[in-house]
Amino acid sequence: MRREVPLAITAIVGFALIIVYFIPHPPFNHSRDFFEDLFFIIAAFAIWLGCLNLLKVNADKVYRQKKGWLFSVVVWFGFFLMVIVGFWEGRGFMNPGTTFYYLYDKLYYPLNATMFSILAFFVASASYRAFRARNKEATILLIAALFVMLGRVPFGYYLSSWLPEGWRLGNITDWIMDFPQTAAQRAIMIGIALGIVSSSLRVLLGLERTFASGE
Amino acid sequence: MRYKNLNRLLILTFFFFFLILPLGQILAQEDTLPPAPPTEVRASDTQNDNGHSITITWKLSGDDGAGKKDVVAYEILRSESPAGEFVVRGMVPAGNNTYQDRGAKEKEDKNYFHPYHDFYYKVRAKTLNSYSESGVAGPAQAYGQWFHLGKLPVFVGTLAFTIMVLAFISLARKGKKFYVRPLAGIDAVDDAIGRATEMGRPILYILGLGSAADIATIASFTILNRIAKKTAEHKTKIIVPCNDPIVMSVAQETVKAGYLDAGRPDMYQEENIFYITSMQFAYVAAVNGIMLREKTATNFYLGKFYAESLILAETGSVAGSIQISGTDEIAQIPFFVAATDYTLIGEELYAASAYLGREPLLLGALKAQDLAKAIVMISLASGAVAASFHLDFFLRLFTVQM
Repeated sequence: MRREVPLAITAIVGFALIIVYFIPHPPFNHSRDFFEDLFFIIAAFAIWLGCLNLLKVNADKVYRQKKGWLFSVVVWFGFFLMVIVGFWEGRGFMNPGTTFYYLYDKLYYPLNATMFSILAFFVASASYRAFRARNKEATILLIAALFVMLGRVPFGYYLSSWLPEGWRLGNITDWIMDFPQTAAQRAIMIGIALGIVSSSLRVLLGLERTFASGE
Repeated sequence: MRYKNLNRLLILTFFFFFLILPLGQILAQEDTLPPAPPTEVRASDTQNDNGHSITITWKLSGDDGAGKKDVVAYEILRSESPAGEFVVRGMVPAGNNTYQDRGAKEKEDKNYFHPYHDFYYKVRAKTLNSYSESGVAGPAQAYGQWFHLGKLPVFVGTLAFTIMVLAFISLARKGKKFYVRPLAGIDAVDDAIGRATEMGRPILYILGLGSAADIATIASFTILNRIAKKTAEHKTKIIVPCNDPIVMSVAQETVKAGYLDAGRPDMYQEENIFYITSMQFAYVAAVNGIMLREKTATNFYLGKFYAESLILAETGSVAGSIQISGTDEIAQIPFFVAATDYTLIGEELYAASAYLGREPLLLGALKAQDLAKAIVMISLASGAVAASFHLDFFLRLFTVQM
């Protein structure tokens, strides 16, 4: 029963939502909103589950003095600092001028931006590895990338401005982006769409059931 | 001389009073004259909707786009009786001859649109200084349809694909063997787990930032189950940091089931599948820390990924881990290809569970997918030919109206 009930609920709700997609008539047009509301209610309860798990795992690390336990102390401190400040300030705790907003804006936000900006350096290092001409495919990728990169900057325009219109780097870049790139991307997208339908059917028909604990 | 000037003055006065002044008045009147009204106004239920909208069409005013009485816009007015008070429902710029009078579907909403209720409409052509109204059209009622005809191609496609999947599954049940081409990323899974076992280091499994409702995350759960089973057999630790509490709960059950299948439920440690945060880059910072502290031998990135994909994969690369990735996010696939050792591109992520399990039923579904791809390719080629020869009927077969 522990396995069958979730599978039955999945199949019924899944097929109902597929049918609803094709029926605009009431009450079917309301059912999608109804199921979405249910999902949000479950998600709201799950936040508590997540918070408790976070505190439990990190408390265990501190108690057992596991490797990196000091980071767990920081997690506990940060968690309760934000919770206490938030409750202390009551409604409108996220408004500008509040302590909560100050902590968010001056502490969390810069840390977040720092993580994001690391991406710029990682793009360079990953590109360096990817664009080495190790084989035929990698060489084609390197040449295409060279054209696209040069075609996107003013230097590329000056470099090829003497060429007739249509043969300049900007034109070659546009051609690469509009035809081979778009064609490849659409091929992947069609494959993904079929994969999604196929996977959904496998789940609805109960062929894949690991999400319901066990095969 | 004096008479000559007087004559000129009289002529000028004559011109002013009898020619220029009347002409100015005529021109001013012309500017405030109403434009020709819109004609042939029709109001009918909007097709393929939920029954809270009426579509109004009309023939453009004769002064739309011409002369001084140039129409600038059309106002659409509605009343509940032909002689009742008409209120403005909306406006469209000149040149447009269609308007959809929509309302809310919730009864408590003040803009609620009553289905099965008679409404009358008028269309008002407006110039800058004047307007004219059409005759009354109606009554018209809004009502919902029981089938969205605009989605018929989607319905036929879904039905055909479902029949194909069921047919191939039925063939698989009867014992038919299917060949599936090998995937390098899947073949590398065993080696990657073996490497972690030999090195005595853990395996890191990232489910991405998707929710449990995303099909990519569901596919990733299935792969996680297979990998958890193998790690249990090899007695290797698996770490699954999650960024969604529901995903964490399902992941815990999935890993537990994998350990159970391997016959080692005692080895399952719930604290290794934990929640970190739902914030994107805070999650990335925590996972990067785990990679560098735990020195994970193998990293799996399978699921839905966004801007964090490259940060994770590059950190894993710096840490010297073997990395296998897979996502259905088109924009992230190049990053994974560049930064990880093996990548499951798009649909390969969905196929991976069938590959790992080698179950005939799942392989049957894969074969149906291959057949569907072949049909799509033929349709695309036929569509290109049809478009080149202006065979619109063929293109209309595939047109979807939302």
